[in-house]
Amino acid sequence: MRQLAAIAAFAVAVALLPAVTSSGVVLNMAIMTLYAALLGQAWNLLAGFGGQFSFGHAVFFGTGAYAAAVLQARFGWNAWAALPAALALGAAVGGFIGTLSFRYGLRGSYFALVTLAFAEVFRILANNVQFTGAGVGLMIRLEPGAARFQFADKAGYLYVILAFVVLGLLISWWLKHSRYGAWLQAVRDSEDSAAALGVNVFAVKLQAIMLSGALTAAAGVFYVQYFQYIDPSLAYGPAVSVEALLGPIIGGLGTVWGPILGATVLHLLGEATRGLVPSLPGINLIAYGVLLVLMIMYLPRGIIGLVKCSRP
Amino acid sequence: MLHIINFAHGAALMMALYGVFFLHQKAGIDPYLSLPLMVPAMFAAGYVLYRFVVAKASHGKDENILLVTLGIAIVLENVALTLWKSDTRTIETGYTFTTVAIGSAMIALPKLVAFAGAALVAGLLLAMIHGTDLGRAIRACARERQGARLVGIDVEHVFAMSFGIGLACLGAAACFLLPAYYVNPQVGNGFVLIAFTIVVLGGMGSFSGALLGGLLIGVVESIGGLILGESLGQMGIFLIFIAVLLFRPQGLFGARA
Amino acid sequence: MLQALNLSKRFGGLAAVQDVSLAVPGGAITALIGPNGAGKTTLFNLISGFIRPDSGTVRFEGRDTTALAPHAICRLGMARTFQIVQPFAAQTVRENIAVGAHLHHRGRREAIAAAEHVARRVGLHAQLDKPAASLTIAARKRLELARALATGPRLLLLDEVLAGLNPQEINEVLPVVRGIRDGGVTVLMIEHVMQAVMNLCEHVWVLSNGRLIAQGAPREIAAHPQVIEAYLGHGTAERLLKAAHA
Repeated sequence: MRQLAAIAAFAVAVALLPAVTSSGVVLNMAIMTLYAALLGQAWNLLAGFGGQFSFGHAVFFGTGAYAAAVLQARFGWNAWAALPAALALGAAVGGFIGTLSFRYGLRGSYFALVTLAFAEVFRILANNVQFTGAGVGLMIRLEPGAARFQFADKAGYLYVILAFVVLGLLISWWLKHSRYGAWLQAVRDSEDSAAALGVNVFAVKLQAIMLSGALTAAAGVFYVQYFQYIDPSLAYGPAVSVEALLGPIIGGLGTVWGPILGATVLHLLGEATRGLVPSLPGINLIAYGVLLVLMIMYLPRGIIGLVKCSRP
Repeated sequence: MLHIINFAHGAALMMALYGVFFLHQKAGIDPYLSLPLMVPAMFAAGYVLYRFVVAKASHGKDENILLVTLGIAIVLENVALTLWKSDTRTIETGYTFTTVAIGSAMIALPKLVAFAGAALVAGLLLAMIHGTDLGRAIRACARERQGARLVGIDVEHVFAMSFGIGLACLGAAACFLLPAYYVNPQVGNGFVLIAFTIVVLGGMGSFSGALLGGLLIGVVESIGGLILGESLGQMGIFLIFIAVLLFRPQGLFGARA
Repeated sequence: MLQALNLSKRFGGLAAVQDVSLAVPGGAITALIGPNGAGKTTLFNLISGFIRPDSGTVRFEGRDTTALAPHAICRLGMARTFQIVQPFAAQTVRENIAVGAHLHHRGRREAIAAAEHVARRVGLHAQLDKPAASLTIAARKRLELARALATGPRLLLLDEVLAGLNPQEINEVLPVVRGIRDGGVTVLMIEHVMQAVMNLCEHVWVLSNGRLIAQGAPREIAAHPQVIEAYLGHGTAERLLKAAHA
């Protein structure tokens, strides 16, 4: 169980960060990297392990974010209580989209585009409905306090996002070492063969999208608590969907550490471009796009794939 | 036809629109007169892009093409953002505000020209696909890639040509579109899903289907906007897209993949 | 053990399977033969739940399985291989077989152990750590067999498991199939390799143009005029007979 030890070591190392530095910049970078990693882990569950590439993962993110925001702002719920509700809603949306898509046999590019379409539908709905604050969005009142899932200093947020990421790591590890994970990866590699070996392909895919939806919703909740604000294009816009897929593709699809590795590489690259060309703010996005193109062309299995291939 | 789902379709249109814009701004060339410049330029860009980037990325899987064209779209959109900022630009020509009376409706001239232009391009494409060797080669590759290779068709070249033609059409579209519309780096995003919806509704592989699909979508968009209001009406297009993919993936005229 | 009753399936204008009935006895190795395009794989697909028949029923161990999904049929004890092998390319041989083993073994460790055991039976022990994508065609066929075997079936449907193998490789696989039968698993094979059919099988069904044209012991079938016609063309049976008497 070397992998489990590695996960524990990683958790401890990151948890020690606030003890080593009090720099808000560094801590913020760590938090945003872990946040991106969480998004990536959730996407990786469905795409890397399950073979279903979603281009509209924002639909789950936004649902979680709005669940947290609406329950707090409109119904006065405690943020921690809103969390399980958001997770459940994320899973429910996953169940809805999954049932429709998989029941009607959508695969590959068609599935990817349908998820994008759903995200857009949700965005337009959120934009036009008073319940979600319409175009103006929703704000959470600033009330620092751990009991309210708001922290006066960044360390608190770091611990929370770290906890989520560790959960993501454990789930990914579990997929590599469990019957369900074996079935899921079998479905990814050949649906017909999996069916012939007794795997209920529909059920397996549905469970995967629900799990992925719940974990993505967790990222949405975190976002709302950290930034105290959400609006339709932040919640359901393509930026989140793209951010979710960049990390795993660069780091390595279907691996435990891929999303974290990819998120780290992307953020470091972003810092580097910002440092080199400070006058052009959009440069880091161009770099991400170029990196995505290059990775798909030459390293479709990501950085981890490269490492694995070079071993004898 | 060839199942190359090009996510950069919208971003490419955006670049073409900027091309027409700058040709007008800097060189004073009327958008319609830029056609002979834009169309070949976009064709060349498409051919090169396919041959040297997209083809290398596919590794046999559809999703990779979607991902790599997504990457290209991100690059194009942000390059445009960096170079030209996010301001919305429009052009004004002598005929921007001219309207034509058709029956009891007053239709803006640029939109009428765009309609005619679209019909003309569709007609040319249909003629090309059925009447030329390239068209036959494209249909062959679409049906049976290995078989096409066996009879000596350079499949990579044909795919690249199709991609180039696709982008060339965008070049033409940009020339027709700019007089009646505007350009900013995000303008492509609105078109991507609409374009996919039209293709899927009309049926993959059918030009007449796409034409009909385009008309239908246009009607849906207008009626939706009328009934539900401008922004909510947009939803109609996405809902149609989802419905078609779920319940009738071959569209109106297409063949089941 | 397995009964197909009046199975029929059309695809558009093509009658792929027409009114086929057969009864597979338990504990034997039997074969389904016939020229290309006769409908053999379609029949397998009908039996294993991948396609629904237009009419007719399938009964496995007395139970009507006609409308069941493939994974449900597998869980009842019928496993199948595919003519065009589809290994889980990104995974190792061990992991591939383990997917099958997981049907009856919930824990990862047990499934892996069961997979290694099956690999040994089938002769893939040396290749357990190799990625499936790197295997030769003969090894892939064996992997296909191993995966299906790992699900612990009582009936195994093998679709051209010998296709594409050279004579030596075929000779290495025959005892494996016999060993499977000796272990208590009924085997029904689609085969073109007549040497294997003659050697292994107790009973043979012959399909041609979607219809069952003959059945019986291999030796009878080989001399059956209609079978010869189906494979070698119209009038061949007569010509062969004349040549034999000349």
